[in-house]
Amino acid sequence: MTRTSRREFLRKAVAGTAVTLFPLPAIAQNSAGRVVVVGGGFAGATCARGLKKLDPRISVTLVEPNRTFTACPFSNSVIAGLRDFDAQKFSYDKVASDGVEMAFAAASTIDARGRGVALDNGARLAYDRLVLAPGIDIRWDGLPGYNEAAAERMPHAWKAGDQTLLLRRQLEAMDDGGVVVMSSPANPFRCPPGPYERASLIAHYLKTRKPKSKLIVLDAKDAFSKQRLFQNAWKELYLGLLEWVSLSSGGKVTEVEPASNTLVTDFNRYQAAVANVIPPQKAGRIAELAGVADQTGWCPVDPVTFESKRQTNIHVIGDAAIMGAMPKSAFAANAQAKTCAAVIAALLRGQAPAEQKLINTCYSLVAPGYGISVAGVYRPKDGQLADVENAGGVSPLDAPAATRALEANFADGWFKTITGEVFG
Amino acid sequence: MDKRHTVALHVGAAVLFFSFASVAAEIPPGAAACSGCHAAKSTVVTPVPGLNGRDAAQIMVAMKEFRMGQRPATVMDRIAKGFTDDEINAIAAWYAAQKD
Repeated sequence: MTRTSRREFLRKAVAGTAVTLFPLPAIAQNSAGRVVVVGGGFAGATCARGLKKLDPRISVTLVEPNRTFTACPFSNSVIAGLRDFDAQKFSYDKVASDGVEMAFAAASTIDARGRGVALDNGARLAYDRLVLAPGIDIRWDGLPGYNEAAAERMPHAWKAGDQTLLLRRQLEAMDDGGVVVMSSPANPFRCPPGPYERASLIAHYLKTRKPKSKLIVLDAKDAFSKQRLFQNAWKELYLGLLEWVSLSSGGKVTEVEPASNTLVTDFNRYQAAVANVIPPQKAGRIAELAGVADQTGWCPVDPVTFESKRQTNIHVIGDAAIMGAMPKSAFAANAQAKTCAAVIAALLRGQAPAEQKLINTCYSLVAPGYGISVAGVYRPKDGQLADVENAGGVSPLDAPAATRALEANFADGWFKTITGEVFG
Repeated sequence: MDKRHTVALHVGAAVLFFSFASVAAEIPPGAAACSGCHAAKSTVVTPVPGLNGRDAAQIMVAMKEFRMGQRPATVMDRIAKGFTDDEINAIAAWYAAQKD
């Protein structure tokens, strides 16, 4: 029995027991491998740092055009005037001080066969393993009338940044009595409860600052994440102020007219004082260029290794990937990234990666001090990540105010933790 | 005694020894996700307790009580239901062995 196969055998022999095996001796070799990570969000930055932590000898380069990261979670609180925009911003200094090479540029092409990434600054990075964590792009061809110019009038604010502030300014400038109209897309999209948290917090802003105003949410779905919790809270807090129009009630927006700030459905035209269009989305552009996105625009991956089902040696994590039952959330991206780092470290050592379980926890605020959550546990099954049965679920429907306050507090704690872990 | 049998015996001994010595080289299933809420860095200030270096038995008991609904919880009752005893024990041993 060779050392490696014996190790493999041992690993299998103890699978399911209380411990994993002895610390494995480092395999003597000249290079521990080169990994390039594209995208410095919750997935990419976590994976890059995770790899350096697991094995400092691995050469890790993080490709990201922005010098500052702007976090999407809690950006709804910024829009509603409850939070300072600067609280969303993080630098890559600590990522770099862990030994991750920062390449502040955009990836322009991927040579999957030659294992190289070309950057828009002319550099070319060779890799043994490539991690793509590009997040989402707006599908500019997904909603007639909605293009980049239209987004300046009818912001999506679905990538945190100038769009977040634009929507906030529009709400601030609106007269009391104005009608705010939001649209929410069909599945899948980034942050499934996000549109409803945003609706809640905009409703809170209107209730407290512009009480004669109204919010209409036009939805391309009949069901959404944490639905009963949101709807109960809306009845309790925003009755008569927030109206949700489901798909079957004609809520699907089929076209927008930016010149008149109008959202069009099959049955109605909604002229808005402030319009927030959350449009259909797809994996970030580089996924398509790398050939890892399929016809849906998202990236199918192996549920154990997160390696692309379309290109070898390329892993896709975070919002861009199709992760089965696991939603597109920052928590999920972070969990996938830590797992992916362990997988890649094992593969670079010439070992088979162990099968993992993953967790998601996702908080939403329906008002300040009123938090709700959804959690899930996932395992690889039939080529996808599937829910572990009888686990997970949403906050209880009948919880007292103290529980809602506790969850709001935990939501705040979660943001501090995840940003501290990834960027601190 | 064939070679595999010998190895299996060694494994048995290793499990006994290392479960008390709290040495775990590779992160067990599920453990990577915990630090999404339970900060691994001591510099993070949050109401959620860290797990690194915490007594393994304490983690095991807490997780099993969460799973049974015998411990007050917000999300941990829902998450603990997704893990078996063996998985919980492995996660507990791994976190007990971690430093900041």
